[in-house]
Amino acid sequence: MTVTIYVPGDSGALALGAAKVAVAIASEANNRDLDIRIVRNGSRGLYWLEPMVEVETASGRVAYGPVRARDVAGLFDAGLAAGSGDHPLALGDPEEIPFLKRQTRLTFARCGIVDPLSLEDYRAHGGIRGLEKALSMSPAEIVAEVTESGLRGRGGAGFPTGIKWKTVLETPGEQKYIVCNADEGDSGTFADRMILEGDPFVLIEGMVIAGLAVGATKGYIYLRSEYPHAIDMTEKAIAIARDANILGPSVLMSGQAFDLEVRVGAGAYVCGEETALLESLEGKRGVVRAKPPLPAHKGLFGRPTVINNLISLASVPIILDKGGAFYKDFGLGRSRGTIPIQIAGNVKHGGLFEDAFGLTLGEIVEDIAGGTESGRPVKAVQVGGPLGAYFPPELFDTPFDYEAFAARDGLIGHAGIVVFDDTVDMLDQARFAFEFCAIESCGKCTPCRIGAVRGVELADSLKQGEAGVGQIDLIRDLCDTMKFGSLCALGGFTPYPVLSALNHFPDDFRREARREAAE
Amino acid sequence: MPATADEQMIGRVREIVEAHRGLEGPLLPILHAVQAEYGYVPRDVQPAIADALNLSRAEIHGVVSFYHDFRDHPAGRHVIRICRSEACQSMGGEAAAANLLNKLGLDWHQTSADGAVTVEPVYCLGLCACSPAAIVDGDVYGRLDDETIDEILEEVRA
Repeated sequence: MTVTIYVPGDSGALALGAAKVAVAIASEANNRDLDIRIVRNGSRGLYWLEPMVEVETASGRVAYGPVRARDVAGLFDAGLAAGSGDHPLALGDPEEIPFLKRQTRLTFARCGIVDPLSLEDYRAHGGIRGLEKALSMSPAEIVAEVTESGLRGRGGAGFPTGIKWKTVLETPGEQKYIVCNADEGDSGTFADRMILEGDPFVLIEGMVIAGLAVGATKGYIYLRSEYPHAIDMTEKAIAIARDANILGPSVLMSGQAFDLEVRVGAGAYVCGEETALLESLEGKRGVVRAKPPLPAHKGLFGRPTVINNLISLASVPIILDKGGAFYKDFGLGRSRGTIPIQIAGNVKHGGLFEDAFGLTLGEIVEDIAGGTESGRPVKAVQVGGPLGAYFPPELFDTPFDYEAFAARDGLIGHAGIVVFDDTVDMLDQARFAFEFCAIESCGKCTPCRIGAVRGVELADSLKQGEAGVGQIDLIRDLCDTMKFGSLCALGGFTPYPVLSALNHFPDDFRREARREAAE
Repeated sequence: MPATADEQMIGRVREIVEAHRGLEGPLLPILHAVQAEYGYVPRDVQPAIADALNLSRAEIHGVVSFYHDFRDHPAGRHVIRICRSEACQSMGGEAAAANLLNKLGLDWHQTSADGAVTVEPVYCLGLCACSPAAIVDGDVYGRLDDETIDEILEEVRA
């Protein structure tokens, strides 16, 4: 009997040697005359265990990890092909690993389990049901279902997805577009990448449903060039979906058309901002547009456009399949459903943790992530990417929820968290925030373009001990100008990391304290 | 008279433009294709792109110079891009980058004298749970340590 062995093709696993592991498994099985089939699945998101190899057995899957190519022969000796647990790398049933068992996986239900390019797998694990349901509904009914679910933009702004769709539905236009923002540039985030590499059909299905809901026949996935593996997988998945009539002139023989194209970015972080992204798609410099007009009214090529984050769109199929009320049941307050939290940086257990909103930051860092990899105390946690605030352990009781983070001068953004131990210098981090803004500014508005450069200079003068209290007042003043005077979140939110560093870690900014620390 | 190298290049670029003409907003796909062919976007071909798309040369230059990815001169045969974002910083990414640069005797954005390798910064590869990370000609590397850095160096010097 053929034994199925899963070796992730996810780029996180590849970065840790999965390609070599797959080669070693194939050759070892060949040497032993074992009949095996290797499936390159996505990652389950347990990156400290990657490459995590799984073997299909009569009683379910058995996992091993982290597997290096040099471990492979020993694993076969210990009975890997039969799913034997007699090896130090044996992990048993992967679903029973606490990090995975504690999660509620809705958007990531299939990621890491299925063959990402097998429609058969996709359907067997609940795929396409949402689309079939949508095809039996009117556009207004689809929009109502998404509105009912309480889904809000997972890119960070948290705007209700249903309301955005309703606006586009009600805006007349001969050609409308669905644009997926997959320009996942925030450090500490990789949820979009995992979906594209592990379950790309869920995004395609979500975008087709969005097209049906608002009357759009064309969609674009704007994908960053830093993700070559994701680009490759997405293009393959689109071709497969087209062959199966999930995309094309008549979606599942319904007579309704929808097709998709991947567009690759070119290394500009600011193109994650929706209007800059649209400019870039049009073939222009990624310069931010003033709003209004909203993209829903005048978006891509001046036409009504739904522009959503990838995770928002990938959450749509399950909402249609199980109903808005089912999805809304998860979460708290105005943050409904689940959120894929990406745990990164200096942690023991880094990876993707999808759960209902409401876990506290402390639970995530101490309990789920297991504290720092270095074993040193946590000093700061940056939540929400390079434009997100740094939280000290004193604020670990903050629940993961849009409003709770906003109330503490932070944001959840695309739900990435980066943990730093006590060796981090928060003045350096504040300087980096300004520097990053200076490198990535589109240049349209003065507070961002020039303010960020002045910010770097101020941070440098503090670092060199040339200045004191006056300089800190200047930084605050500058942050005020950037926050209220910038056109978009790049200049407008750079003050979040800067001011949170300054407010929560004032010692790192004081000359005397710095000198003492150095001694 | 045989075509000069420049004429050949412009002819090839015109073909690339034609191949993308059916796309809406074709400029970025065209520039990616030109860079895939030559390793950079030569200034000399920009007027041909402008002509074919009925845009000004300034508009083409504006787009090429806006995006970090597009180069105005050729890179080395191998390009090492090391992540300098926060998640990589938290795991000693700056020290790892300094180590690699030091071993190559290069600074950021520089190309080795033999044209073998260029080192560039990148801001996030989505490998934040196995940081510090780098990408070498499309191959990804995580948890950069002395061993992986030596592996990368072997790769680019081969």
